[in-house]
Amino acid sequence: MTQLFTCWTAEVGAADAARAGGKAAALGELARAGLPVPRGFVITTAAFLSHMDGVDPDGAARGALGALAADDLAGISRAAAGLRGRVVAAGLPPEVASEIAPACAALGEGPVAVRSSATLEDSAEASFAGLQDTYLAVRGTDAVLDRVRACWASLYNDESVAYRRRQGIGEDGLAMGVVVQRMLNPRSAGVMFTRSPVTGDRSVVAIEGTWGLGSALVGGEVTPDSFTVSKVTGEITGRRVGVKLRVHSFTPNGQGISASPMPFALRRSACLSDDEARALAQTGRQVEDHYGAPQDIEWALLGDSPCHPALHADFADRIVLLQSRPETVWAARDRAPIASPQVKASDHVLARFRRAL
Amino acid sequence: MDGNASTPRFPLPSEIADAPGAEGWRSMYPYFTRFQPEDDKRFWFYNSMHFPEPMPAFDTITAEVPYSAIGANTARLFVFPTTLGIEHRIVNGRVYITANPVTDPDEIGRRAAIFAERAGYYYENWDTLYQGWKIRIKGLIDEITSITVPELPEFDDAAVITESRGVAQNHYVRENFHRCIDLFSVMWHHHTEFLMLGYGAYVVFFQFCKQAFPEISDQAVARMVAGIDVIMYRPDDELRGLARLAVEAGVADLFTEGCSPPAVLAALAERGEGGQRWLSAFERARDPWFNVSTGDGFYHHHRSWADDLTVPFAALPRYVAQVRDGMLADRPTEALRAERDRIASSYRDLLGSDEEKAAFDQMLGLCRVVFPYVEDHKFYCEHWFTSQFFARIREFGALLARSGVLAEAEDVFQLHHTEVDQALSDVMLAWAAGAPPVGAAHFRPIVAERKRILEALRGWSPPPALGPVPEALNDPAVHMLWGVTQTTIEAWLRPSEGEIRGVGASSGVVEGPARVLTEVNQIGEVRDGEILVCPVTAPSWAPVFGKIRAAVSDIGGSMSHAAIVAREYGMPAVVGTGDATKRISTGQRVRVDGDRGIVQVIA
Repeated sequence: MTQLFTCWTAEVGAADAARAGGKAAALGELARAGLPVPRGFVITTAAFLSHMDGVDPDGAARGALGALAADDLAGISRAAAGLRGRVVAAGLPPEVASEIAPACAALGEGPVAVRSSATLEDSAEASFAGLQDTYLAVRGTDAVLDRVRACWASLYNDESVAYRRRQGIGEDGLAMGVVVQRMLNPRSAGVMFTRSPVTGDRSVVAIEGTWGLGSALVGGEVTPDSFTVSKVTGEITGRRVGVKLRVHSFTPNGQGISASPMPFALRRSACLSDDEARALAQTGRQVEDHYGAPQDIEWALLGDSPCHPALHADFADRIVLLQSRPETVWAARDRAPIASPQVKASDHVLARFRRAL
Repeated sequence: MDGNASTPRFPLPSEIADAPGAEGWRSMYPYFTRFQPEDDKRFWFYNSMHFPEPMPAFDTITAEVPYSAIGANTARLFVFPTTLGIEHRIVNGRVYITANPVTDPDEIGRRAAIFAERAGYYYENWDTLYQGWKIRIKGLIDEITSITVPELPEFDDAAVITESRGVAQNHYVRENFHRCIDLFSVMWHHHTEFLMLGYGAYVVFFQFCKQAFPEISDQAVARMVAGIDVIMYRPDDELRGLARLAVEAGVADLFTEGCSPPAVLAALAERGEGGQRWLSAFERARDPWFNVSTGDGFYHHHRSWADDLTVPFAALPRYVAQVRDGMLADRPTEALRAERDRIASSYRDLLGSDEEKAAFDQMLGLCRVVFPYVEDHKFYCEHWFTSQFFARIREFGALLARSGVLAEAEDVFQLHHTEVDQALSDVMLAWAAGAPPVGAAHFRPIVAERKRILEALRGWSPPPALGPVPEALNDPAVHMLWGVTQTTIEAWLRPSEGEIRGVGASSGVVEGPARVLTEVNQIGEVRDGEILVCPVTAPSWAPVFGKIRAAVSDIGGSMSHAAIVAREYGMPAVVGTGDATKRISTGQRVRVDGDRGIVQVIA
């Protein structure tokens, strides 16, 4: 499908962050590596730039934003809101809209997720989860076109602009891609780290999850279930079932998602079986092996809706990955070696016995 | 665990009242095992791992001799820098222990210099020394097996005259009895010879792994080190071989559920060449491989397979049926070895630097050098030697019964070994004087009273610990051997309803109906899919692991037999629970969480 403004997710890879944005590039990379991602297409940064040519032809508005002082929060808020308003209000360039509509049709009937994919996804900003917008359960091409502009506008969220001012990152050359994917209706969803976020242990995968859409977890509305799975032996060395009071879901016909009270029977029941946790960890490990470094991954497990959980459903091919990015917190820490080789192997023991047992 | 609610504490030794109906228990045990007033100032814990039952008087030798040997080894022979020996006390029949640390830095330094030389010598020459050890232990086993109890006939053997030996039979009553006690002591000195050094190498590797991989499970560390050709599996392997032979030789029909060993053996003798072939294979397997005790070698009544054939014969019908169905598999040793090496190399790959990898290789390498001893010594010492030791003592008991001092041979185990000495003197004197011994009036009432007291002591629930809670307890040897850590102590102080805590020894979570066994010869009762709950498991329990879904034991740590076998079978296990057999009943539904070491009674 590769055109100027759109392409299939699987047509981009890790090297395409400038053209597709970081999230789209990562999803494409996963798809190319044979890992399960939702079917979808990318609206390239060229589409964003084309739109901005109409909104801010000489770059004056963006230049003004870039000249603000980091501590001028009121000024940032005022200027950013103004620019966002213009991004959302302007009509899409016809050549862009005319590529998106057939792509939506090719994706098929049913709701989609529209997700921002910024080019500036350096590690620190990536860890500002949720700074850029994602819209779930969007229906109809018109609604998609609206949400695409909203995603573009989210590049100028107050917090994002303030962050760039603090970091001294200029506004020139910034762009935003958008991913449009078939909307999943997961039984359970969540995040996983392919090393322990608590201890940095690289031999485990730490999984957090809840029933239904993962947005309830990412948004902090539930205390998720957590599992720690050994990469080496598959043992589950940690298992804590959270109390999950809310569930995010979407209705068959409405726009967007809704939060509702978690069905009582599910509140204190684990959203994953041990086998499912192990299968997720295995998938996480494949992603880590592909990238050669620990990853921070968003996942979903397809199945019946949380209200009718099929706990023993065949899960092996139902894991879907929604995002993967490098783990950054522990990667940045240098650890002194905890032991070094000795002249004789027994020297390790002799030294140990000198200390109180 | 009296005291006010905010600060739970353990009772002081001096606060322990005599168990009801067992007031005379002190007379059963030597004075040096009694708690002293100053013992209230120290922390003691109940050694439920080795001594899960009240001690019969004779069996206190299995505490006295090992503690005498292991303390000598650590404090005086190898001169461990930070630890002296272990002290033990008996209260209401239960053995409590405490370790004596060295804390003065100067003293630690002085000891460390000596230790480095002595321990270094053993580590450097481990393989050679261990080969020599096996020969010495085998010599001790041969000697204890060959000791005889003099017959004390009316007239002594003519050869004493013709060979001018000059020493009459009654002398050898005492000499041979003393030799049994002496050999038991020598065996225990050899038992401890490599023990702390072996565990030391493991502890160092264990702690390295925990530091490099804070979330690694104890059992994952154990799996990297575990041997494959472990002698502990051999008795069970022999049974499998006998089951195969039964089918091949056409005598399989004799092995039915509930069959009586003497009846089967008699029937085999009538079954021609096939029966003979099986019987001679059986004799070869029996010596030495049936010298496995149904316990852990610390009680005279934990009989060996050789003593009590009902245990192996309870397992045989199932194995025979599996052979017939083509379902009896050998241990997949190649696959086990490959899996062990895969786990080790996967962890190695995850290490941060080449420096750490090199250190890992050294530590793991040393562990694998020392582990054959760690894994196999129990068969030689606690099982083979000790089965023979108790059998000899039982024969001295038979002499005392023949001469009327005791009502039956088994009663000898109600006397301390120094009291047996006295009873034997009585018999020696009586034979010499031509008069009956006078011991019946003295010892029979004592034996009867002690049996009654032991029964009363069984009803007493020993507190898991006594004395002030220590500020820090991070003794890895205590953790490894007894599963006692700061967390254990916390759990002891705050027991929770319906939740039984132990050591997670093999990972996984399952639910199922419980089968509580207190004796190994009940293994015929176990049904497929049940969860085994037992006091302790030993090599002789291996056959039951083919049926069960999970194992729970009162005693044991992550290196105990139940743990090792459960890991190999890939089933969850929680060991060292203290009292699971008392808190769970057969038929109750339980959930075993082998990752967290928790057993829950669900219904």
